[in-house]
Amino acid sequence: MSTTTTNGNRPRPNHHTVVAIVEDKPGVLMRVSSLFRRRGFNIESLTVGHSEEPGLSRMTILIDGESAPIEQVEKQLYKLIDVVKVSDLSNEEMVAREIALIKVRANNVNRHELLDIATVFRADVVDIATNSIILQVVGDEEKVDGLIKMLEPYGIRELSRTGRIAMVRGTKTTTVHEAEPEKIARIHEKAGRRVEGVELPFSSD
Amino acid sequence: MARKTGAQITLETLQREGVDTIFGYPGGVVLPLYDTLPQFPGIKHILVRHEQGAAHMADGYARASGRMGVCLGTSGPGATNLVTGICTSWMDSTPVFALTGNVARTLLGRDGFQEADITGITHSITKHNYLVMNASEIALSIREAAHICRTGRPGPVLVDIPKDVFQEEAEFDYPGQVSLRGYKPTTEGHAGMIRRAAELIDQAKRPIIIAGHGVIWGEAQQELVALAEKAQIPVITTFLGIGGFPESHVLSYGWLGMHGMFYANMAADQADVVIGMGMRFDDRAMGRFQGFNPTAKIIHVDIDPAEIGKNFKTLVPIVGSVKNVIPRITAEVKEQTRPDWIRWIEQQKDEHPSLEIRETRRMLPQYVVRSLYEETQGKATIVTGVGQHQMWAGQHYFYNRPRQLITSGGLGTMGFELPAAIGAQVALPDQEIWAICGDGSFQMTLQEMAVLVDEQLPVKMAIFNNGYLGMIRQWQQLFYDKGYSSCGISQPDFCKLADAYGIRAIRVEHKSEVEGAIREARAHQGPILVDFMIDQEENVWPMVPAGAALSETLEAPAEEMAR
Repeated sequence: MSTTTTNGNRPRPNHHTVVAIVEDKPGVLMRVSSLFRRRGFNIESLTVGHSEEPGLSRMTILIDGESAPIEQVEKQLYKLIDVVKVSDLSNEEMVAREIALIKVRANNVNRHELLDIATVFRADVVDIATNSIILQVVGDEEKVDGLIKMLEPYGIRELSRTGRIAMVRGTKTTTVHEAEPEKIARIHEKAGRRVEGVELPFSSD
Repeated sequence: MARKTGAQITLETLQREGVDTIFGYPGGVVLPLYDTLPQFPGIKHILVRHEQGAAHMADGYARASGRMGVCLGTSGPGATNLVTGICTSWMDSTPVFALTGNVARTLLGRDGFQEADITGITHSITKHNYLVMNASEIALSIREAAHICRTGRPGPVLVDIPKDVFQEEAEFDYPGQVSLRGYKPTTEGHAGMIRRAAELIDQAKRPIIIAGHGVIWGEAQQELVALAEKAQIPVITTFLGIGGFPESHVLSYGWLGMHGMFYANMAADQADVVIGMGMRFDDRAMGRFQGFNPTAKIIHVDIDPAEIGKNFKTLVPIVGSVKNVIPRITAEVKEQTRPDWIRWIEQQKDEHPSLEIRETRRMLPQYVVRSLYEETQGKATIVTGVGQHQMWAGQHYFYNRPRQLITSGGLGTMGFELPAAIGAQVALPDQEIWAICGDGSFQMTLQEMAVLVDEQLPVKMAIFNNGYLGMIRQWQQLFYDKGYSSCGISQPDFCKLADAYGIRAIRVEHKSEVEGAIREARAHQGPILVDFMIDQEENVWPMVPAGAALSETLEAPAEEMAR
């Protein structure tokens, strides 16, 4: 199994992870999706949720770069008044994850096999019934794809994936407020907290 | 602070934003607003006959004056009728503020009578739009919308207000300043890029400036003249850029594009440095993108970063307003002359004059436009519809003043001429305004003649009557082997129609009557319609066929010139 290392996932060729910080207002999702539709930009996945700042939402958009020059995508997004900040994370060191819930057929004979597979993928069993189980897996798309492939022979009854969310590693942020001032960073460093650029001693997934 | 109704807040805010005219049409849900209108004598309401007319009038008002134009429609059909006009303004980047009513909040989303999701419908054709759900939010929404509408690259906005929000009371507090964290237009060009542009211009052997609509909206005509003169750069404009550089200037070489002047197209095609100023490298201007001057180095100045690099690879991108950037380039470029390059373009012009009108006894449309130019001493404001007459109006009148030609370039909206001319005349009551109308185009919005009568506006309508949708006929003749299909168009007797509205009319059937009719129209105090029965099968030349490159510009074939 390919574990995701600090470099995050291997990016798919021509795919870009774009993070847009947007005003948390009605219609903003439509404005963004309608922009992609009318300009012919293909979206692989789009995930929205609250950000660290009240009033701002964070969208993570996985874009097929073949369909659009990424620079145009960013500029067009910026033209929307409700879009406050756009960042292309593709060339950054980033953590990119998605969650999948997978409901698989299971019976007394193969349940153990399924649990073994789940263990290898560090997937959690979140529901179990006489002839099905739900697995929850967190990881990059490749890992989720890998698990799905392993489960297919058993019969996948239902599949739900969140799409990618992503974040740049280290102190750099894609938020709209100021980065951590140097002084505060030094205090953290003295206190033995994680310092920018140092890799964690364990794989984070 | 005082408590006011939503309707009062709406009008009060608009008034404080400098709005003096609203082009509108009442309907059920905007009745509270109409009930409040008499309390605001500073705002004149002009009753249109169709909401599309209202949007075009607001657009014409904006284009003629540079101020924001306001149109108003009721919910449902009132709002959707505005859409063509809003999109026209969107494509040409003009500041139009559309105000619509909607059904009461409790009915929203329930398909109530005359409900339309107008904010959803206009998402992709406005800079921004608002559905205002509380009276307390009206003032800020309108102020923000007006700010977005007028600043940066101008463009239409829409504010949709449910009926009961007009009726609801709230504390009125006029917001002092607008601050939108997602909207900060860049006006100052990047100094390093400006220096690179100047260096490139200094080294260029065959530079050309293509001036667009942005030069007019950025009010940078004088700045552009100064740059062109100092560095001796020939200037051509886009169709919408006409008037952004005086056409009488020695460095002016007309406009480029599908029906642009042959020499303008050749100059753009042969230039080694192309300087786009406040324009967007549109396909109608540039011809087939892959076929356009492959070795040109492109400098592109525009206030909208998304326009840069959209259609062409740009060597020197400069995001900023032309008003800010052009003088800074001028300050850095060297004074020089470019006799060889200018001589080459002059030679093209001598060999391919493009704008010569041939001698014939028939009434050629080009001749009518040229006569109008001469009779008005080139001072009138010309408003056009869309089609052949639009191109002739662009070619054979000569424009020296920004905002002198008002035309739907981007969307190509037929029926634009009459309402836009009305809007322009409302904005500039003392200006001589001619609406050059196609007989097809005019029939799309002719009901607005009633507004001319109501408001006693002295708009002169010149109908180019050839019994055809001329541009369609031309394409069918040239590219569909003369397979004429639905291009012949019948029309009412325009003179009788004008008469029925109470508007004076003159029919011109012979070439010899053209000047006299124009003089009579000019001398007439009120609105007047002149029906020019022009030659029926005249084509617009030069022409870059769809999908061809500028270098493949066709001129009038010899047999047509001999006709």
